[in-house]
Amino acid sequence: MTKDSQLATWEVFIQSKPGANYIHAGSVHASDNKMALQNARDTYTRRGEGTSIWVAPTESITASNPDDSEMFFDPANDKVYRLPTFYVMPEGAKAI
Amino acid sequence: MTHQEALYSYCLRLGDNALIQSYRLSEWCSNAPLLEEDLALTNFALDMTGRAQALLTYAGQVDGSGRTDDELAYRRSERKFRNNLMLELPNGDFAFTIARLLLNATYEYYFFTELRKSADETLSAVAAKTLKEVKYHMTHATDWTLRLGDGTNESHRRMQAAIDALWMYTGEMFETDEADALLQDKNVAVDMAPVQASWKAYIENVLKEATLTMPADGYMQTGGRKGVHTEHLGHILSEMQYLQRAYPEATW
Repeated sequence: MTKDSQLATWEVFIQSKPGANYIHAGSVHASDNKMALQNARDTYTRRGEGTSIWVAPTESITASNPDDSEMFFDPANDKVYRLPTFYVMPEGAKAI
Repeated sequence: MTHQEALYSYCLRLGDNALIQSYRLSEWCSNAPLLEEDLALTNFALDMTGRAQALLTYAGQVDGSGRTDDELAYRRSERKFRNNLMLELPNGDFAFTIARLLLNATYEYYFFTELRKSADETLSAVAAKTLKEVKYHMTHATDWTLRLGDGTNESHRRMQAAIDALWMYTGEMFETDEADALLQDKNVAVDMAPVQASWKAYIENVLKEATLTMPADGYMQTGGRKGVHTEHLGHILSEMQYLQRAYPEATW
């Protein structure tokens, strides 16, 4: 595979409407933050998908390691008392 | 010249500028230096197609001939096109395309800012919509001009060569004729003198910041308003109009 000659990558997050969460849309190539923002706009919001965009250099994102996934995520699986459905509603309690 | 003829000519000119510029930008599809730039340039082309559609539709109504936007775009011969010569020139390298976009989008930004105040409601509405689009085109072209002009020796050389080659086509943007004078009296057309002053000030600033030299005004090409074009427009039309010429009335 040839070396990527398309500049650094940036991660793009788009807010679909005011107040909504920013959701990861994908990534773009760019040489600086201004160009990243423009490229994100041209790549991901051409059909009115968003009202606001965040971009962040890919390298600035710290990701969890797949090797750690057991330690990170499995303990939550077998403890049903972590879920609200585990608890029975007391008789007569109406305002819960 | 009647008011109707003047307005038709004015709309045609604006519509043709958008249409031909759109065609050239669309040629970058799959050829731009970056995928993102590919999307940006073809996205601009779509903005311009929309503008051409609105203006040519209006031209057909004003004209009274009942011709549709498609008929005006695909059934007119070269000599009937009124676009500025600069817009029909081949794309050249990326620097040339960016330089042309900078010179023209800046012009359009100031032009449509003024046209928004037009007494003609249709033109004013088209101007308001277009303004949002060209403001972005201008920003995009400005950023690239700064990057390339103040970039490597090679990018600087290419950017300067592009500006130098295009300069003699910039005079035509500010030309006025009988149609302008007639429509200006009724506050329909734009007064070009302040547009030219604002354009020049902006371009001068960008070129300076990009460490490029602004060429001196010399001989200026002209002819688009009279339908006298470079040899390149014929080639554009032979491709663009092929389908409607070969299969008239063909629809999707």
